[in-house]
Amino acid sequence: MILNPAILALLGGSLLVTGVTVYSSIIGLDIIRNWDLSSGSDRQLMRERKTYLISTALSYVMGFQLISFFLFIYTADHIHDLFVGAMCAAGSLNVNEYGYLTFFLKTITVALCGIWLVVNHTDNQGYDYPVIRKKYLFLLAIAGLLVLESLTQFGYFFLMRPDVITSCCGVLFSEEAETVAGQFAQFPQYWTMVVFYLSAAITCRIGIHFVVTGSGWRLFSIFSGWMALLGFVSLITFISVYFYELPTHHCPFCILQKEYNYIGYPLYLTLLIAAVTGVSVGVIGRFRHFESLSEVTPRLQKKLCITSMASLVLFTALATYPALFSSFKLFS
Amino acid sequence: MIWLERQRYFIDFTLSSLLRRKGKNLALLLVYTLIVFMVASVIFFADAIRKEAGSLLRNSPEMIVQRMIAGRHDFIPLDYVSAIKEIRGVRGVEARLWGYYYHPASRANFTVMAPEGFSHGDREVVVGPGVLRGWNARPGEGLYFRSYDGQALEFTVAGEMDPDTALVSGDLILMSPATFREVFGVKPGYATDVAVSIRNEIECPVIAEKINSLLPDTRTILREDILRTYSSVFDWRSGYVIVLLSGAILAFFIFAWDKATGLSAEEKGEIGVLKAIGWESGDILLMKFWEGAVISLTAFFLGAILAYIHVFVASAPLFERALKGWSVLYPVYELRPSVNMYQLAVLFSLSVVPYTIMTIIPIWRVSVTDPDTVMKQS
Repeated sequence: MILNPAILALLGGSLLVTGVTVYSSIIGLDIIRNWDLSSGSDRQLMRERKTYLISTALSYVMGFQLISFFLFIYTADHIHDLFVGAMCAAGSLNVNEYGYLTFFLKTITVALCGIWLVVNHTDNQGYDYPVIRKKYLFLLAIAGLLVLESLTQFGYFFLMRPDVITSCCGVLFSEEAETVAGQFAQFPQYWTMVVFYLSAAITCRIGIHFVVTGSGWRLFSIFSGWMALLGFVSLITFISVYFYELPTHHCPFCILQKEYNYIGYPLYLTLLIAAVTGVSVGVIGRFRHFESLSEVTPRLQKKLCITSMASLVLFTALATYPALFSSFKLFS
Repeated sequence: MIWLERQRYFIDFTLSSLLRRKGKNLALLLVYTLIVFMVASVIFFADAIRKEAGSLLRNSPEMIVQRMIAGRHDFIPLDYVSAIKEIRGVRGVEARLWGYYYHPASRANFTVMAPEGFSHGDREVVVGPGVLRGWNARPGEGLYFRSYDGQALEFTVAGEMDPDTALVSGDLILMSPATFREVFGVKPGYATDVAVSIRNEIECPVIAEKINSLLPDTRTILREDILRTYSSVFDWRSGYVIVLLSGAILAFFIFAWDKATGLSAEEKGEIGVLKAIGWESGDILLMKFWEGAVISLTAFFLGAILAYIHVFVASAPLFERALKGWSVLYPVYELRPSVNMYQLAVLFSLSVVPYTIMTIIPIWRVSVTDPDTVMKQS
């Protein structure tokens, strides 16, 4: 194992965060089984008080997961010079089978923690906490994923041995590579661009329709989820190519480096915010039928929808900027 | 805007609350700053020395070829040079003469090199600052060497290398190739190793493979290999120092937990009064969050600034032996300041994040206290 301060920070932080989430899940189990708002017993009072603890704990967990997501990629990039053939994070993550798995699990847990916080905020607006049981069932699933992510992260760093021959991103993300990422790079760039911009326009149109008329939130949520996936695929297929000004360079990690003015951070952040808020519109929409949330939910959905659309527009603008203003032309 | 104003009022109240208990909070701040200072010093030093090694090696040859006999490094015949020159992609090949000389009086090993075109005479040497210290000599004075066959040889110090290059030249002695062979008994037609310059660095592994198949009794060392080893060593050392500090770090977090849990009667009374006048549990949580944030961020920035001064101004006297390694001759040098967001993010994750998570439960316990119970106790 490579004993690096950043790796120690990631492993230690992951352990603490997983511990907090598992502890919250244990409290959640008690709430799922025994929650009774009409009861005035000491235990029910303690359960109600513990909901504050879990909300606070999960907010911190979300904050740390977001930091650790970027710290993980940056650490993978920082240690790339310990592996022959690795030119950036893409090569380091490929050192063993746990690298990319940890990366994907981290992405999913960050998104799910965000959605949970939105659900929690909505539930707290209701005087009778109508979705408390569903919320804590959701928390159990997140806790399971966090435990899995901690284990894969530990496996990744523990099994790491310097000097292992690996592939650099030029090979992983090239058209000839047989990896999933390599397949994204093989998508026809022109048609991916067309689908991306069309999807973004349709998502925004549905969002505006929902904000104005109040209907279509399910469709907006589905399109937001679709845009999250399409956004990542587009990053590999054509967006990163414009930043690198090199038709064969598709790596989604090099845009996080200072050579490209750290443009990857705002791109990933806006995509994440758009995805979490957009999907949350659909998730909390299922609570509209609860009497205590019937007024609050539509208001919250509209705010989330506006936030999602704003983030999506910002992401699209950032992605389009080099295509319009740089001298690099992908299509003649 | 309302939200912002609300946070401002909370911060105002939190600051005045912290100042009401100066002693306790200052003690926590001091210990927290010390922890951040120690961790930050290790991170800054390890990163700076790693960058230093990287920039020093930038001008070194892309490949070094050494002859191996029975697994031991041996002198390389000069006719290997022409064989290596023939390989496509090789820009230049230089046979190098260098070795180590043990000086019994100072009990130090000095690196001796004999560059082609040495501009001084055969009885003159150019030395690094550490050599003069070890030999207790000055420029112009004589240095006594004992050759391989026991003869005493005297050389005059013709010049001293720039002290700014002490990191690489501290223990270095330069002499002419003829003098080198006289001191060490290296036969003509042999060199210590061969430095190979390669046009395209990406071709290094392929050229190395060709040399290995052409000259099976040699080994090739790539500059990348050396850089990788340095990175690995400094990473390992800095990580190990942090593991050794983990006892102190854990003690601090236990202290923080204890401090957050053990409120005085006055503090409990304060919270009781706040709840009685209408503050909710969420408001108390927010106040406690700002308390933690103020202390954490103050300690973080203070600790980082002190660590910067410790490493880049005072040359890290506390940790340099652990991180530089063991030696008799330590060069005197100043590290180039280099601090970036990545280091600060790692420092943040090693200090503020664990502190915040450790204090969640005590803070919550305080926030959900019944006001009448607390006020009666106080």
